[in-house]
Amino acid sequence: MGKKLLIHNDKVPGIETLQVYRANGGYASVEKALKSMSPDQVTDEVKKSGLRGRGGAGFPTGLKWSFLAKPEGVPRYLVCNADESEPGTFKDRYLMEKIPHALIEGMITSSYALGANLSYIYIRGEYFYVARILENAIKEAYEAGWLGKNILGTNFSHDCYVQVGGGAYICGEETALLESLEGKRGNPRIKPPFPAVAGLWGCPTVVNNVETIAAVAPIVNMGGEEYAKIGIGKSTGTKLISASGHINKPGVYEIELGIPVEEFIYSEEYCGGIRNGKKLKAVVAGGSSVPILPTELILKTAKGEPRLMTYESLADGGFQTGTMLGSGGFIVMDEDTSIVKNLFTFARFYHHESCGQCSPCREGTGWMEKILKKFLNGTATEADVDLLWDIQSKIEGKTICPLGEAAAWPVAAAIRHFKHEFIEIAKSKKFVDISHYNRLNKVRV
Amino acid sequence: MKVTIDGIEIDVPKGTTILQAARMIGPEVAPPTMCYYSKLKTSGGYCRTCIVKVTQGSTANPNPMPKPVASCRTEVMDGMVVQNITSPEILEARKGVVEFLLINHPLDCPVCDQAGECKLQDLGYEHGSAKTRYEFKRREYDMIDIGDKIKLHMTRCILCYRCVKTCEQITDGRVHGVVHRGDAAEISTYIQQAVSNDFSGNVIDVCPVGALTDKTFRFKQRVWFTKPVDAHRKCDKCSGKVRLWFKGEEVLRVTARKDQWDEVEEFICNSCRFDHKKKTDWIIEGPSKISRQSVISQNHYENLNELKLQVLKQQKALGFIEFDKRP
Repeated sequence: MGKKLLIHNDKVPGIETLQVYRANGGYASVEKALKSMSPDQVTDEVKKSGLRGRGGAGFPTGLKWSFLAKPEGVPRYLVCNADESEPGTFKDRYLMEKIPHALIEGMITSSYALGANLSYIYIRGEYFYVARILENAIKEAYEAGWLGKNILGTNFSHDCYVQVGGGAYICGEETALLESLEGKRGNPRIKPPFPAVAGLWGCPTVVNNVETIAAVAPIVNMGGEEYAKIGIGKSTGTKLISASGHINKPGVYEIELGIPVEEFIYSEEYCGGIRNGKKLKAVVAGGSSVPILPTELILKTAKGEPRLMTYESLADGGFQTGTMLGSGGFIVMDEDTSIVKNLFTFARFYHHESCGQCSPCREGTGWMEKILKKFLNGTATEADVDLLWDIQSKIEGKTICPLGEAAAWPVAAAIRHFKHEFIEIAKSKKFVDISHYNRLNKVRV
Repeated sequence: MKVTIDGIEIDVPKGTTILQAARMIGPEVAPPTMCYYSKLKTSGGYCRTCIVKVTQGSTANPNPMPKPVASCRTEVMDGMVVQNITSPEILEARKGVVEFLLINHPLDCPVCDQAGECKLQDLGYEHGSAKTRYEFKRREYDMIDIGDKIKLHMTRCILCYRCVKTCEQITDGRVHGVVHRGDAAEISTYIQQAVSNDFSGNVIDVCPVGALTDKTFRFKQRVWFTKPVDAHRKCDKCSGKVRLWFKGEEVLRVTARKDQWDEVEEFICNSCRFDHKKKTDWIIEGPSKISRQSVISQNHYENLNELKLQVLKQQKALGFIEFDKRP
């Protein structure tokens, strides 16, 4: 059994209430930080822990915090990014739904470290019921004095609000999130300036993922150095993985970073192997935007070493033979899966979610979806594979925000590793039934 | 600060963007722009045609930037080295951007009033390919009347956001914005509400394509058959400095004056633009300078002397004599 720090209590009845959460050791980090540590000490612990952003990019959290500008007389904000919309990722929802106080505890401790008296939890519109759970938890925390003025009798006051978004993938991009939070259209801003200098309402702001903020509590409790002992190299601590697809036991698992991918897929503790005794075909290891890898490359790196669940090992070999840990949306596909059909689903998603601000993404994502639809209609030719490759290469790296790359990478990887499948379909001219997608398309504006 | 663009070094003040520095050097190295507008704050960054490669970030940090950057929104650093037309990668990427801008454009230039002064035409001519690889149905919208003087034809729009910024920054009471998202995004006034501000007509001038057109000029004449003449009048709302577009003796339209980069010099009011279309309303200064590359300059000045004579007669009749003193 691996060590669990975030969701070890998820099966305790009533854990969503403050009383039970507190009885299970909750809010200890707030007590410890506010009573015995200075804000800089908390930041130092987070730096020592080696915690990296759990939202997808994997940027060291302590470093991000230390970039926060601290001009006199200007408020600072902590914003929690709960706009979890990456297909295949549902870990934040699980955490917030089951243990809402874990997030709120992390919010208070992190805000103390950053000197933020106001924080927001920006949650996606589709999670409205989770927003209610969080609001209840915040209400409880206010009543018990964990939020509000002079927490635990110290000088530190803190208010926390939940803001429900309209349900847009793009609002998970930190600057688009801030725009949306300010009440504007959720378009990503052009960087620089970065949010650490000019974020929410032009004030210095830190935007962190739910899991990152929740992980601050155990770090403060156990100490950064102790936390850094879990995991391998620069991938420290535990990570929530949303496992889905053709596996026996889909769900959210907390793993110690560093376990082999093979163990994660086949062990009874985690995914429990491929369902119906089928063979593994491919894995999308970190949410839909990261490159898909075929069996031989996901279980072992190109050098023949076993691939581990760490930021470094999964990225080994670059995009030629590697992928990314991303947000931890682990999608497993068995031998019967059509990569082209799956890619169409992803392309359709990115087309739908593009904000329309910059031209390569606005026009390119729609074009890619239309070409992929041709494959499913049985009207594609072999030349379309090359066209698709050319289009993705012209989107990647040319856009304002990373959504362009997120749309281009899965297309590139599918063609890189499964080109034969595209050509096979183009040659066979077989019609693939996608009537359920057409039905969905009708709903679209 | 010293910055090198395509091997040409230039000294610029702090806070200059790469694009502005390139424009200081000259039009040969200046990247093309579709959405950037020097007169509008926070414009630019959307169309991606002005992307350049930064091969050296600065003297202090000589690392190259990992991705191409939008030159209109990136400030120069001391010792920065930039590649624009000398980088084949960038030219290829720009070709891609032009292709993206054109795949959903109707290409109805033969019936479009903007033809001849369209930035997308120029861009396509310079950086696009002759054949399209797009085989699907192009996006279409219904035409909308924004007020009684402006027509919005979204089908031609490339979503440069210039008109949105114009409405935000030079008119009060914002009634104009972007609705929907992705390739369904469109410029719209809320529930087709009329834009009835005194300066709303400027959206026509800032539009790089034929999406926003002047209803008092639509389908009257191809621009290259009209003669641009600079003129002014006393106006209590704006500077009154305009450009008149003549066909014979008739003023077909009034626009703001545009500079070398096709950007408005001074925004003008709707009264000047739409309501003063008689020659006698204006004091004529003389023929406008039009770039020799422009199709508009092709057949204008064959009667330049005659035009000057006419202008002189008019000036004398009205009692103005300053005109003669011009060098």
